[in-house]
Formats: sequence, C-alpha cells, structure tokens
Amino acid sequence: MLDSEVPATSKNSSVISEADSQRTLYPYVTGTSVVGIKYKDGILMAADMGGSYGSTLRYKGVERMKPVGKHSLIGASGELSDFQEILRYLDELMLYDNLWDNGNSLGPKEVHNYLTRVMYNRRNQFNPLWNSLVLGGVKNGQKYLGTVNMIGVHYEDNHVATGFGNHLARPILRDEWHENLSFEDGVKLLEKCMRVLLYRDRSAVNKLQATNITEEGVTISQPYALKTSWNLAAFKNPTVGAEGSW
Amino acid sequence: MFRNQYDTDVTTWSPAGRLFQVEYAMEAVKQGSAAIGLRSKTHVVLASVNKANSELSSHQKKIFKVDDHIGVAIAGLTADGRVLSRYMRSECINYSYSYESKLPVGRLVVQLADKAQVCTQRSWKRPYGVGLLVGGLDESGAHLYYNCPSGNYFEYQAFAMGSRSQAAKTYMERKFETFTESSRENLIKDALFALRETLQGEKLTSSICTVAVVGVDESFHILDKETVQALINEFEIAGEEAPANEAAPQDQGGDAQAGAADQGPTDQGVAPMDI
Repeated sequence: MLDSEVPATSKNSSVISEADSQRTLYPYVTGTSVVGIKYKDGILMAADMGGSYGSTLRYKGVERMKPVGKHSLIGASGELSDFQEILRYLDELMLYDNLWDNGNSLGPKEVHNYLTRVMYNRRNQFNPLWNSLVLGGVKNGQKYLGTVNMIGVHYEDNHVATGFGNHLARPILRDEWHENLSFEDGVKLLEKCMRVLLYRDRSAVNKLQATNITEEGVTISQPYALKTSWNLAAFKNPTVGAEGSW
Repeated sequence: MFRNQYDTDVTTWSPAGRLFQVEYAMEAVKQGSAAIGLRSKTHVVLASVNKANSELSSHQKKIFKVDDHIGVAIAGLTADGRVLSRYMRSECINYSYSYESKLPVGRLVVQLADKAQVCTQRSWKRPYGVGLLVGGLDESGAHLYYNCPSGNYFEYQAFAMGSRSQAAKTYMERKFETFTESSRENLIKDALFALRETLQGEKLTSSICTVAVVGVDESFHILDKETVQALINEFEIAGEEAPANEAAPQDQGGDAQAGAADQGPTDQGVAPMDI
C-alpha cells in the first residue's frame, strides 16, 4: 500500500506522491464533539450540527447522529465523508443481519465491536477512517455505551465523549453523573456540557440535536440552540489578569 | 436401494427427480453408530454410542465441543464429521472476534447446510457422509438441529440417528412432551434410556457411551465416565421404574420392540429428503 512505482522526489517534496493519494492523510470537513451518557431508561447523546472546513464554520445543518438497526445509535466526530462511509458499512451489516430472517439481531455491543475491528484494521493499513465514534443502545433491557476512534482505541463507560468533549465535558460528567438519571436531568446535564463546549470550542456551533435511545426505539430531537450569556465578568474584561494579551 | 444408471454422479438427476448420490450419502449416516439429542427449555443433551474397532483400540470420538454454547454429535463418516466440526469452530470463533458475542445456533446451522448443499451441485465434489446433531443455546433459547448430507436442516425437540436409532426414536416419541419442562437430570436420564434402546439388549455402561450437556449458565461439556456410570446405576438399580414412573423392560431382556427396521426408508418409492 505504501510502495509505489513513482519514486518521491525528496523527503520534503511538495508534490504528493501517487501512493499518498490512495490513503487518508488529513481530514477536510469535520464535526466536533459528541457527548453521550447512560440514564435510567437508556442512552442520551448530543452533538451540534456543524461541519467545519478547516477554520471556517462551513456547514450548519449536518446530522452527526444516526440510528443503527433497532437497538443502536451512532454519533461521529471527525471527517464527515468517512462517517458517511461508515454508515454505508453499517447499513450493509444490518441488511445481512436482517436477511438471516431469524430471531437474532445485532445489538449495540456487537456493532461497537464490529466498528472497532473496522477502525483498527484501517489504522493498520495506514489509511484510517478519520473519526471518533460514540456507539450507544439498549437491548433486552441492557444499556450499552462505548466509543472507538481512528486508531482503534475503544472502551465502554457510563459517559463518553469525543474530541474536546473529553477535556471539557467528561470532568463535569465525572462530578455530576449518577445512576438512574431521569430523562429531564440527563438532558440538563448534557446541555450543561454542550454549553461549555459552545463557549470554549471554536468549532462548535449553536445548533444542536439531542438523541434518546431506549428499549422502545430512537428519537432524534429537532435542532435547537442553547442560551448563552456573555455578560460574565471574565468575558467583559478578558485581559484584566494578563496585560498585553488580547 | 438398488444400483441404477443414474447414480454415478451427484450432478445426475434420475427421471423420478432424485439425486441418488445424495441419498446414498444419507445411507452412510444410517450405518454409523447411534447418536441422539434432546432439549428442554434450558438445556440440550447429546449422547452417542461409542463402538471401538477392537478391544485394543480407542473409541471413535463422536461428540465435539464447538464453542461454549454449542456442541455437535455426528453419525456416519466420522472423518467428514471432524472436518465439519473444525469449520463450525472456526465460524464461531470468527464471529466472536468480530462481534464479541456468541454466534446464534440458527445461523451456524444455515451456514452448515449451505456448505453441504454446495457438495450436491458440483461435479468434482461428493456430499458429506455425515449427519450432525447440533445442540446449543442462544438468546432465543435452547436449540437442537439436525443437518443432513442433502443440505437440509430441521429443528427438533428430540432426534436420533445412526444404526438402530428407530428404537430410540420410538422411546422419545412417547416421552417428548415432557422434555420442554424437564429438569437437567431427568433430561440426561431420558437420553441414557433412549440410548439404551439402541443397544438391543447389550448392557449400557459408561465405557460404551458418551454424554454431553449444554445449558443456561452451563458451558458445553462432556460428562466424565464416573458421572455417567453413577446415573446409569441410578436408573438400572431402580429396575422397573423409569424417571417418569413408566415401566421399563429388564435391561438383560432388552427391548423386543426395538426390532423395527431403521435401515433405509420403509417406502422405497419416496426419496428420503422429500419427507
């Protein structure tokens, strides 16, 4: 995969060698954080609808969370075209699962593991799917919430997040998450996390969706905006403690 | 069955619409030593008669663990059975690797059946000469399937295959309605009784049979000789009493009714796989 008949001119060549056009080197259109938590009846997940093109907040209507089969929900950050590719893989997976036409169906654990194998395999080929994924679901009363990223690192937990969410949302969740959150409390908690991300993540946009998955099924909310307050003293005089800063 | 001009290739149909090579393969299953299976809501028991070639040799292995939740008993060409068991183990472990969960039994048997079907439609292959009793558990409960060389498979509450299996079938036909709610111990005892029927009066001891169990919270495993012998002693010592208080024949006398033919289809005109 890495070797090619066309030799690269030099180590710092500005010409992309032919081999490199065959694999992902960097992402182009990206989504930012996804945050997910377990609550009493299932899983709650939130993500904004932004698709950035480098530093430009180019697309503002991108759905970054999608249902998978009957029992699962996937949320993605990172390269959006790779997310669309992953959705195609999952669609095919679910199709074949249904074709067996017997009582069994793939649950969130199985889907998460499948995705882990796909992501790790692509990483090994030096051609990653440039995403961090959150996979949540409920099957036979069992709640499941896991994450996997472009290098194949995967784990399950009561609350997970991608990207900036790991640094800004997880600490809040570590303090305030508890078992058997009600739906309302869960949404409030997620919104608290998303608000912090909105203030502090430059690629966040104020248009988000919250999704809910329970034994009954998936509900994706209509897009909405969070209330923000820029009246805080820290925002009014941001350089008061650091002269010369801007 | 008699030789005829349509039985040379598996890819030749007879004018009556039969594939004789496939039917001959099913004959091979009937010639093997008996194997039986029964299931309740929570357990599946497989048992087989182990005949050794001579006193000097070891017994033929007929029951294989495929995964923690699936086991298989074979009858017929045991070499073919061994190869198919390896395939089943491979499928189970590959599924576990990709999905981190157990391969549903229903999917495994369909894959097996499709594999067997391929051999009935290639001129350079021959059908597998082995019948497989696949017992296992998955999220939809306990299952027992029979896969035959024709590529068909069926789900059963109880089944017997191999030589003199009709005697076991007769016994199980009388008792199968009790199996669903049966306890684990009674299920194993019924399996041993059914197995004894196939022995035509020969004494049932743990040295000539193999018993295996799989259940909810119980991985598939073969019971050791001591356990099996203890269970045999329990119901033989009980004499006339069978587990469900049914009169059982003295074991020396054997079961006179077991003379019913189980060699080949009774109706020569009907292709076995059409049943």
